[in-house]
Amino acid sequence: MNTLNTNDLLKQGAIWGFIVLELVFFTVAGKYLSLSQNAFMDLDNMLLLFKQSAPIGIIALGMTVIMINGNIDLSVGAIFALCAVVLLDSMSWPFLTGLGDWVIPVSWGLALLTGVVLGAINGLIVWKTGVDAFIVTLGAMLGYRGLVFMFNGEQPTSHLNWTLVDFAEAQFLGLHTATWFLLGVAVALWLLMTRTVHGRNAYAIGDNREAAVNAGIRVGPHMMINFMIIGFLAGLSAVVFYSESGSVNPNDGSLYELWAITAVVLGGTKLTGGSGSIISTLGGVLAIQLLRKGLGHIGADTETVNLVIGSILIAVLFLDRQLNRKAKGELRT
Amino acid sequence: MTSFTPALRLQDIVKTFPGVRALDGVSLTVLPGEVHALMGENGAGKSTLMRVLGGVLQPNSGRILIGEEPTIMASPLDAKSKGVVFIHQELSLAEELSVAENVYLGELPRKSFGRVDWDRLHEKTAAILDKLKVGFTPQTRVGDLSLANQQMVEIARALTVDAKAVIFDEPTASLTDAEKVVLFDVIADLKARGVGVIYISHRMEEIFHMTDRISILRDGQYRGTLHTAETSEEELTQLMIGRKLDLSRKINHAEVGAVALEVRGLSCGRLYSDVSFEVRRGEVLGFYGLVGAGRTEVAETLFGLRDPDAGQILLDGEEVRIGSPVEAIARGISLVPEDRKGQGLVLGMNCRDNMTLPQVDDLKAGPFVAEGAEIAIFDQYRDKLDIRTPGWRQKVGNLSGGNQQKIVIAKWLSMHPNVLIVDEPTRGIDVGSKSEIHNLIRDLAANGFAVIVISSEMPEVLHVSDRIVAMHHGKVIRTFTSEEVTEESLVQAISGIVAETAA
Ligand SMILES: Nc1ncnc2c1ncn2[C@@H]1O[C@H](COP(=O)(O)OP(=O)(O)OP(=O)(O)O)[C@@H](O)[C@H]1O
Ligand SMILES: [Mg+2]
Repeated sequence: MNTLNTNDLLKQGAIWGFIVLELVFFTVAGKYLSLSQNAFMDLDNMLLLFKQSAPIGIIALGMTVIMINGNIDLSVGAIFALCAVVLLDSMSWPFLTGLGDWVIPVSWGLALLTGVVLGAINGLIVWKTGVDAFIVTLGAMLGYRGLVFMFNGEQPTSHLNWTLVDFAEAQFLGLHTATWFLLGVAVALWLLMTRTVHGRNAYAIGDNREAAVNAGIRVGPHMMINFMIIGFLAGLSAVVFYSESGSVNPNDGSLYELWAITAVVLGGTKLTGGSGSIISTLGGVLAIQLLRKGLGHIGADTETVNLVIGSILIAVLFLDRQLNRKAKGELRT
Repeated sequence: MTSFTPALRLQDIVKTFPGVRALDGVSLTVLPGEVHALMGENGAGKSTLMRVLGGVLQPNSGRILIGEEPTIMASPLDAKSKGVVFIHQELSLAEELSVAENVYLGELPRKSFGRVDWDRLHEKTAAILDKLKVGFTPQTRVGDLSLANQQMVEIARALTVDAKAVIFDEPTASLTDAEKVVLFDVIADLKARGVGVIYISHRMEEIFHMTDRISILRDGQYRGTLHTAETSEEELTQLMIGRKLDLSRKINHAEVGAVALEVRGLSCGRLYSDVSFEVRRGEVLGFYGLVGAGRTEVAETLFGLRDPDAGQILLDGEEVRIGSPVEAIARGISLVPEDRKGQGLVLGMNCRDNMTLPQVDDLKAGPFVAEGAEIAIFDQYRDKLDIRTPGWRQKVGNLSGGNQQKIVIAKWLSMHPNVLIVDEPTRGIDVGSKSEIHNLIRDLAANGFAVIVISSEMPEVLHVSDRIVAMHHGKVIRTFTSEEVTEESLVQAISGIVAETAA
């Protein structure tokens, strides 16, 4: 038992170890390679890092739930964009303008509702048709993105509301609004997945669906709830991000699904479901953002950054396999 | 039998699948406080009947009565709430979750806001595990448990509710003898509390040891109910398979040839150490020991699934290193694994493709797979092993447990390997097919193959082996020839007692 626990700890701790490694590396390398005079581990820089992690981070946390449940959601980027369009556009809807600043909560509510509904559509199709979530959400990704383009063509949708911008740029206890949302979501989902019956059943379904069915767990509703959760979070991510920027391009949020999945996998969640942790995903999100920022700091361009992240992802999956094999008494697979 | 109102009754149950009439008007009455055995060949419909009773399947027609009340079992949870608990033939566990969560899967105790009541969950589970005298805690991850302990987790589920009837579908297939004793205690306890127990097994000793009555199914039809005390093994076999069986122990050694495989001082971590033996062509070498003695691990090493720390493996006198199953197969070593579902079968693939999977490369006609040759192989082994399936197109996942096992065996037999290793070849296989498989193993040896049979069933090793290696805690205690072996000396050896007279 004990040896296995240490092994589990090792796996849980791996992502945080990796983050420390990154910090050390970029601090040292930054001294020699960086063009700027600022130290990498500067407090403001780190606070910014949290804030920048938030949009994809919030989605990645939701993706963890979906993947633990044994599904995947490729449509989150499109949902994100559609929610953003609803958010910004609704602020100038004539029948809402009379509300003054009260339009803000209404628009937020509309954006979040959009996310939940789109997620519910995905979940309902997966539940009722039994088609694989990969296929369903691939279709949804194309479909929802189509809706974004139908809305305003190639044109960006813009609306700046200064009250909103002030709110988004506010700092409370040193942390930005976006960071608070990221942490809040992490805590909420962590509680959901470790403390509630719904969370534990989601694990069981992802682990062994047949066993779950045999035990009388109603698989469909649980999956639908999870799709609604990730839809909501994609909406929340849009709310957090676009409150500040005030303008959405129809292609915004594309590839978000892949970044989210990358962060989840880096955090150690199994692609086949049944195992994973919200907190480790948070680690995965931070690790990716650190890598981007760090490589930028020492003067690498975006293409290099993607190449490095890709290589690390493959290396991590490989290491994970090796670790698992050791744990199971060297049985080769 | 404490009362005369039956605990449950099944009346004229019919269940059909595409191409199969799995149950054809079966009736069954279970009294409270009795252990009722359900017997029949592989594919006779035992598990299907129980799935109907347990709410997993809905019957095409027929009635279920619980305590004389007509009932519809809408779902497994529904059945459970009506007091019918079903312990499945195949393990039905979520490996990443804890023991407690698995025991109460689908019914976790709740607090406000849908939160899990962990304290109550662990407390209740601990009480059940106490009763089962197992060596793990409610918090243990199920994936970290041995197969036998996982089976105990399944059994623990029977004790979560106040059951009227508990169904055990082949529960002992992967239990050690010590755990079997505990299981029988659990069943005796259930019986004393007036619960009706339905017990499915292919092992005659267990049936005669524990049950009060026996109902027999054949090809989906009800064949009668007998009182255990008033019947015999012979009569049962006759009813089940419609003919008599010669179960005597026969040793007619085939011509023994050169040494095909030799192992010297093989060790692998804590799993086993200093294992040495040899198998000759034309010989069946039996490996006997308790579950966990290291036999399976030795076999896995020979098949290239594990790296040994020390020792040599010699094939036809030549030292080899076997790095992977692909190499093992190329060198003519085949392994029929113990865990058929996990290692031996692709459940979503049809019967024929599963059987010919390791040799599709050789069965090509030009760039295409030679369909004809594949079907010929399938037909041959279906007849030889009496595999019950409507045709080769059936998905293996839809076959009965025993027939799945037969597909695995056929798969490796059809390869004609030089060295064939079979691990628990007849687990979950009915008496008729068991002796067919034993004959097949003897035939293979007679044709000049070297065969290693790993088994936890004493009658089986005694019946098929020319020589028997007894293992205990990862060590070879003694090697017997079939002339000198006795049941007693074998039991001593696998318990780790080295007979003084051995030398
Ligand atoms: N889901 C299914 N689809 C098609 N056929 C099925 C399905 N489930 C069972 N069958 C068929 O029904 C028949 C009875 O199977 P069942 O599992 O009840 O046998 P069994 O008596 O339990 O045998 P065993 O001793 O091997 O476990 C078999 O011929 C099997 O192939
Ligand atoms: Mg069965």
